[in-house]
Amino acid sequence: MYGMGIVKGMSVTLRNLFRTPVTVNYPEERMPQHSRFRGEEFVWYEERCTGCASCAKYCPLGIIKIETSPSGEFPQEGDSYKIDTFDIDIGRCMFCGFCVEACPYDALFMGSGFERGRYRRDSLVITIDELKAAEKHPSTWFRPQLEQRRYDPFEGKSLEWQEVGRRYLGQTMHGPAGPTYEYQLETPGALETPSQSPELSGHDEEYGEEEE
Amino acid sequence: MDPRGFFELNTWYRGLYLTLDNVLPSWMSYFIAGFAVMFAIVNAMMLLATLYIWFERRALGRFQVRQGPNRWGPFGLLQPIADALKILGKEDIVPHGADRWVFNIAPIVMFFPVPMIVAVLPIAKNVAITDINVGLLFVVAITGFSTLAIFMAGWASGNRYALFGAARAVAMLISYEIPLIITLGSIALLSGSLAMGTIVATQNVPYLLVQPLAFVIFMMAISAEMNRSPFDIVEAESELIAGYHTEYSGMKFGMFMLAEFAAVIVASGLATTIFLQGWRWPFLPSAIWFLLKMGMFVFLFLWIRATIPRLRVDQILAFAWKFLLPLSVVSLFATALEVFFLREPDGSLTTNTLWIMSGINFGLAIVALVGWANVLGHRRYNPAPRIASMYRDGPLGSRPVEVQ
Repeated sequence: MYGMGIVKGMSVTLRNLFRTPVTVNYPEERMPQHSRFRGEEFVWYEERCTGCASCAKYCPLGIIKIETSPSGEFPQEGDSYKIDTFDIDIGRCMFCGFCVEACPYDALFMGSGFERGRYRRDSLVITIDELKAAEKHPSTWFRPQLEQRRYDPFEGKSLEWQEVGRRYLGQTMHGPAGPTYEYQLETPGALETPSQSPELSGHDEEYGEEEE
Repeated sequence: MDPRGFFELNTWYRGLYLTLDNVLPSWMSYFIAGFAVMFAIVNAMMLLATLYIWFERRALGRFQVRQGPNRWGPFGLLQPIADALKILGKEDIVPHGADRWVFNIAPIVMFFPVPMIVAVLPIAKNVAITDINVGLLFVVAITGFSTLAIFMAGWASGNRYALFGAARAVAMLISYEIPLIITLGSIALLSGSLAMGTIVATQNVPYLLVQPLAFVIFMMAISAEMNRSPFDIVEAESELIAGYHTEYSGMKFGMFMLAEFAAVIVASGLATTIFLQGWRWPFLPSAIWFLLKMGMFVFLFLWIRATIPRLRVDQILAFAWKFLLPLSVVSLFATALEVFFLREPDGSLTTNTLWIMSGINFGLAIVALVGWANVLGHRRYNPAPRIASMYRDGPLGSRPVEVQ
């Protein structure tokens, strides 16, 4: 029957007319992002970084530039190198995340930002000072410890370097088992104790219920 | 004065004229009163067109599941004003190769048919700027000017894309004017008059029901006359940058845009007058009825635009000549025969006769539309004979030769 195609099409558009718009008023509202979102601003913890430059070696594009100097007083006893430069040129970054996968000390995380549009390529280079000064909202991509704690970088608070590792450093690094290199996931209960566990995110209440 | 017609223009006009006549010479008061009324009507139309720009953008947004303009004013209502201010601030560029005089006058020629057609529309009970006795003919004649304006714009721009758009416009608009005029002829046969007021007055049954075939043809042809989707090849962005107004900027472009949007308002008013009894429906003031029906048609045009994609040039012209033209002739002849056999001795048509004609014409419309579409649609598509190619159809090739 001729004309039925038009009728069908018109009914489709009419149904669309009464749907809720999928767009949001961007500067005021933002689309909800997944916590594993690989954002533009990298999160880097100076305290965790040893300057091993694994990230720089693994980077397929070679856009991470690291310079270190042996400035620690007792490098033989574990003092890390001083990191002079840590530049990431995200103007050329493809956000594959290999640097984050490569980091043995969980010092580098994907960020959660997506609003780093700039007018010049020069200003797309994230320098070490910016990395130090930035608010730390690490993406949970390739970081199961954050995922387990249900950390949401878009709602949760800025994380300190002690809170992002696979081990909770303040407790287990020099714990009863001695200095450990074993892979040991942080037990959730430890975070709940008020003395040592800063609240991680807005999901803590849910989380407590699960504990019971 | 009818209590329902809450803005009785004729009363305004008469009152103004009589008041002014006491102090001024009569030709001057005649002129001033007439000018004031026309000024009011034309500006009301511009205001409606502005409102329609907002409505179209907003509703089109919702059709596409997005929000549409909502930044300025409640629900973005002031958006057209922001657009107008932006357009006014733009540089007025005349291209080097342009025919300056024609280039400058084309937007005005494009816009002036709109208020001219509004002049003959009965916008409420017994209210029209003028009810000339060849109203329908006048409308047809005046709409022809937009074709001229588009060609003037395209030619004078000195731009090939603009000229392509203008050439398409002339081809398409002239093709679609013929079924439009023949369709309006069948309406004139029914009402026995070309005057808009008489068409509404004799329309005891909506001509939408009496003449469904004519209505379908009218809607298609008037969509093409307005250069709206699916007939907007004139300004097909993917092929011609913006068609005939590629070189226009600033308020000259604004005039084109306003004329296109106001054309929708006017076409809806025309469709209301011709097919939906104009201002005549009970319980509400006549002007309100007119606006409501007009809004309905405006929404219909918008809905069609949101749904149907643009056709190709040859498809559009073939559609006009092969499909609409024969059907409009069928509609005209059927109407002529019905009127000849069913009319009263004094030549008028009673309401019962109109209902009988409605029944006949509905059957005729379905038979004609489906039948003619079948005749046209089932013609076999014969592509050029394919030559077997060793690259495509050779022994190692994967595809066998298709035999038509």
